[in-house]
Formats: sequence, C-alpha cells, structure tokens
Amino acid sequence: MGRRDMADIISTVEFNHTGELLATGDKGGRVVIFQREPESKNAPHSQGEYDVYSTFQSHEPEFDYLKSLEIEEKINKIKWLPQQNAAHSLLSTNDKTIKLWKITERDKRPEGYNLKDEEGKLKDLSTVTSLQVPVLKPMDLMVEVSPRRIFANGHTYHINSISVNSDCETYMSADDLRINLWHLAITDRSFNIVDIKPANMEDLTEVITASEFHPHHCNLFVYSSSKGSLRLCDMRAAALCDKHSKLFEEPEDPSNRSFFSEIISSVSDVKFSHSGRYMLTRDYLTVKVWDLNMEARPIETYQVHDYLRSKLCSLYENDCIFDKFECAWNGSDSVIMTGAYNNFFRMFDRNTKRDVTLEASRESSKPRAVLKPRRVCVGGKRRRDDISVDSLDFTKKILHTAWHPAENIIAIAATNNLYIFQDKVNSDMH
Amino acid sequence: MFARGLKRKCVGHEEDVEGALAGLKTVSSYSLQRQSLLDMSLVKLQLCHMLVEPNLCRSVLIANTVRQIQEEMTQDGTWRAVAPQAAGRAPLDRLVSTEILCRAAWEQEGACPAPGLGDGHTQGPVSDLCPVTSAQAPRHPQSSVWEMDGPRENRGSFHKSLDQIFETLETKNPSCMEELFSDVDSPYYDLDTVLTGMMGGARPGPCEGLEGLAPATPGPSASCKSDLGELDHVVEILVET
Repeated sequence: MGRRDMADIISTVEFNHTGELLATGDKGGRVVIFQREPESKNAPHSQGEYDVYSTFQSHEPEFDYLKSLEIEEKINKIKWLPQQNAAHSLLSTNDKTIKLWKITERDKRPEGYNLKDEEGKLKDLSTVTSLQVPVLKPMDLMVEVSPRRIFANGHTYHINSISVNSDCETYMSADDLRINLWHLAITDRSFNIVDIKPANMEDLTEVITASEFHPHHCNLFVYSSSKGSLRLCDMRAAALCDKHSKLFEEPEDPSNRSFFSEIISSVSDVKFSHSGRYMLTRDYLTVKVWDLNMEARPIETYQVHDYLRSKLCSLYENDCIFDKFECAWNGSDSVIMTGAYNNFFRMFDRNTKRDVTLEASRESSKPRAVLKPRRVCVGGKRRRDDISVDSLDFTKKILHTAWHPAENIIAIAATNNLYIFQDKVNSDMH
Repeated sequence: MFARGLKRKCVGHEEDVEGALAGLKTVSSYSLQRQSLLDMSLVKLQLCHMLVEPNLCRSVLIANTVRQIQEEMTQDGTWRAVAPQAAGRAPLDRLVSTEILCRAAWEQEGACPAPGLGDGHTQGPVSDLCPVTSAQAPRHPQSSVWEMDGPRENRGSFHKSLDQIFETLETKNPSCMEELFSDVDSPYYDLDTVLTGMMGGARPGPCEGLEGLAPATPGPSASCKSDLGELDHVVEILVET
C-alpha cells in the first residue's frame, strides 16, 4: 500500500445529533462530511442516502523539534457539537491538537453592488448614477468550512478521546495519562482533571484508554484503563478527579489466566448509553454492558470472537492483540455493535440475546441487497459459506463503527472504504 | 555443585523414565515458549524507536508482560540475564506460536518447571538430559558399574558416598557435606576419577545402578536481582531518559 493509499484509511466515524450528517476522519488528516438526502417522492430509490457534503483538510503533519518526532496528522476522533444555529460545528483531533470547525452553507449571494461589477472589479465611478440596494439571489449550494478555534499544547501524550459536555460549553480531551477540561471559547487555557502519571515513570503500569462525559449529568465522566477498569468521576467532588467516585472492575477469572490476560482485558472503547444508565465497553474479545449502579461486574458480556482465545500468542506476535476496536449503541439502547476481523462486524440484541455477524465488503454487498449473516467455524461441522478461523484476514479489521442516533442506519469503516447500511424494513427503532 | 537431577533407574524401569522424561519435556517446552515470548516482547520494545512516537499503551502492556514473565521465572529460579544481542538473534528461530502459552500456567499437567534445566539453551529438551561433561557423569555409566571389579567394600562405600552426596545436595546441609568429603579424596564431582579408581576391584552388584544425574547449568546465581537491570533498561527506553 503506497503512502497515498495509507492516507485514505478511515480513522474515525461519527453521526451528528440528528443523524443528518456523518463525518469521517482519515489517516491523511482529512475530514469528509456526508449529508443525508431528504426523502423525495421524485426519486424514491434515493431516499435518505448519504452523499458527500464537504471535504476539508483538518490537520497537517507536524514535526516536534524538541523530541525529533513526527506528529501524525491522522484524525483520532471527531465529535459534533449540538447545533445551536444554522451552522454546524465539530471538534476534530489528532494526537496533539484539537480544532473546532464551523461548517456553514451559502446558497444565496448578493448581486447589484454599487461599487463593484459582476466580476468584482471596481466600477468606474463616473458611470454610477444612482444607488441600488444589493439583492440576495439564489446560487448553487456552497459549503464553507473554517477553523474557529485551535486548542494546542494541552497534551504531552497522545490524545485518544474527546467528549463534549452536555452543558455545551465545555469539553474534555484525554491522552494516555491525563484528561483536560476545556471551554469551547478559550484556547489558551485548560484544566487538568485527571492525572495518572506516576512520579517515577519507571513505575508506569497503567494508561488511560478512553473517556466520555455522561450524556445528561454535566459533572460526571468515565475513563477506562489498560488494566480493564472503569472510573466514574464527579467534577463537583474535587478539582483534580484522581480519586474516582466509582470503580468498575470485573474480578479476573483464574481459570483463564495467561500471560495475555492483562492485554486482552484492556478496554479500547467506552460509551454511555443514550439513557445514561449504562456503559458499554469493548476489550479484545468481548463487549460488556455495565450498570452505573453496580461496580462489581458487568451486567452483560457478549463474546465477539472467542475463537481467537487460543490464537493469542500469534496475535501478540503480529501486534493484532493491540488493535483498538470501538463499540456503539443503537438509538434505543437495545442493540450493541462492534467490529471484528475479516471485515466482519457483530451486533447483539440485548433483549432477544440473539447476535449476528455481517460482512462489509464490495463482493458481498451490492446496493439495496440484503446482507447475509456470516459464520466463523472452529472445527466440527462446517456449513457451506462458513469461514474457518485460519482463513480470517487479520489485515481487514473494522475498528470504527457508528449508529444513527434515531434510525437503523449504521456506518462501517473498513480500512479505506465507508459502508452505510440501512434497515429499510425496520426503519423505526423497536 | 550438582543441581536437582533425574534418578535414572536400570533397564527394567524404562517406562517410568520415559514418563518422567515426557513430563520434563512438557515442562521444558513451556519454559522454551515462555522464553520465546520474553524474547519476542523485548524485541517489540526495542523496535519502538521509529520516527513517530511509539504507542505508549502498547509499550506499557508489553513491559507488563515482560515483568510478569520475569516474576514467574524469578520464582522458578530460572531467571538469568538476557543480553540484548541474544534477544535480537534468537527470536526468529524460537518464535513458536503454540497454544501452551495461551493456557494457564498451572494447566501444564501439574508440572512445575524444575530449576536449573537450562531453558536458555537452544537445544531440544531431550538434550538437557544427556550428559554434558565427563566430569559430571560417566560416559557409559551402566557398563562402568558392571565392569567394576574392585573390592566389594570399596564399591559399597563409593555407592554410599554418592547417594549421600545427592541427598545432601538436595537438602543443602553443609555440615553433612564436610563429613562426606572426608571419605572421598578427589573432588566430589569428578566421578570419572573416582570410578577409575574402583575399576580394578568392584564386582557388579544388584541393579541399583549408578545414580546418574541430569547435567545442567548451575543453579540460579545471586544475579537474579541484578538481571532486573535489563528491565530497567527497557523501561528507560519507554521513559526516554
């Protein structure tokens, strides 16, 4: 894969709060925003499909001269701000710098200037005999994107998460060892709210892997660690939230203990449910649902690809064991979704306890075709279309997935391709 | 100093020997794979120096894995210095992707890795059991024993001495050792010399045979603690001091 191809690898996917817009970030620092076409009777087949709305370069590669290290332009996360006026705003971040972008539409332009002509050239003043009021006339839609804020120099380590607070005024950014609180309007100052850096770096054994604000309580946030624990913190309790309010940790299963136990317990993503009552976490082999009221263990555990448990040594060798998969809730918190290898992604229905494996690939999905459930066989009886564990392609990993906030529409990033699947039959949430 | 050894019985008890051998093979296999995992981990940490800053989470997880292995090896008494160059050249040969490492350590058929089995060797497990030096074991122990033609009492006392030496070494009781060594003129490990001296008069007795022993590297030295320096070096890479 050449460098240009690498730049197209999608690194994050995020719907906005209405689901009308879908933003993707890639390894080359670009952001592409898709907009859902309004359903129209004229073209019934293109109901609610997503088309490219805007593309812009968010981050550029930088060089840290002090450390002699490159700072990648890869977009790690995008988070939309709740819409407060006609414009849309989003935060995008790479390893070190967060930027606030404002996206505005222009579909009218003023015509009839007094001093300038149609091309913008200054008129000969002697030809101006009367004053006119410029009139707004419709034009082809133009989407303009401009950087409104640049939040730089807040992080020594690599930023892994950003999360907008429900107060719509602040947001947090988390790196491996620290979490900072920012005000959206202030770029030269941030407040450190979590710091797990040990006094002696040789004592470092645990890092922050993800964090998120509670969807309703603006004082609560959660962060996950590489040791598999979740910490719920209350910003009202102290300025520095090193002491957690609640610690969510599942005791280790001694019968499953191996040298890889800690690595596979590392939480790669944490998401609050829309209701705010539950949290969803993803570790290497499972997704877990936690009840905020119960710290001792998750209330539900779903196996994503348990057939990999006997392959952990190989997966350690080829570094796949460090892949960070994300997870997602559907709008009603009844179904959870996460990605896997071989371009497979999995969905678990919390009510029926049924799960399905689907594949995101050009071969197996034509427009308006129905996705066929896939199965991975681990020896024993093998059905016709089953894939055996040994023929899984570990370079095809689905790390980033997103679910429309209200409808059964999902966005799946498969390396440098974006797939958007819609459930036309069950459009409404059940 | 003789390390813990395998008591080798005579011909009639071959199955027991094989069973014990198989147990030791599994144990050595686990040790080999654990060593392989350790080497792999150290290589991964060293490869972290790329143009882009290394992923701290990955480095911390690998370093924790190294620590876990090191702790277990320290408990076994098998920890020894892993020189960086050894880590570099070994792994390609020894990157064994097996299921054994993925299973819990105590699933290994209840066998604990015996100390001093020299799991740093690149040879197969069986070679660990072969006599390594003539000083430590006679080349043809059984034939030597049966060829012994010396006076019965000499041979008897010789056997007694060896038995007691091995027992003593296992219990590590220094005062007994001094008593034993007063009987034996030559160094206790120089069996060849001792046996040669008996050659003339000994007559083959009941098939107790000679307690052979599995030659191995010397037991873990006090350098266990100093070997932590390797881990410190690794962490220094992480910390970029």
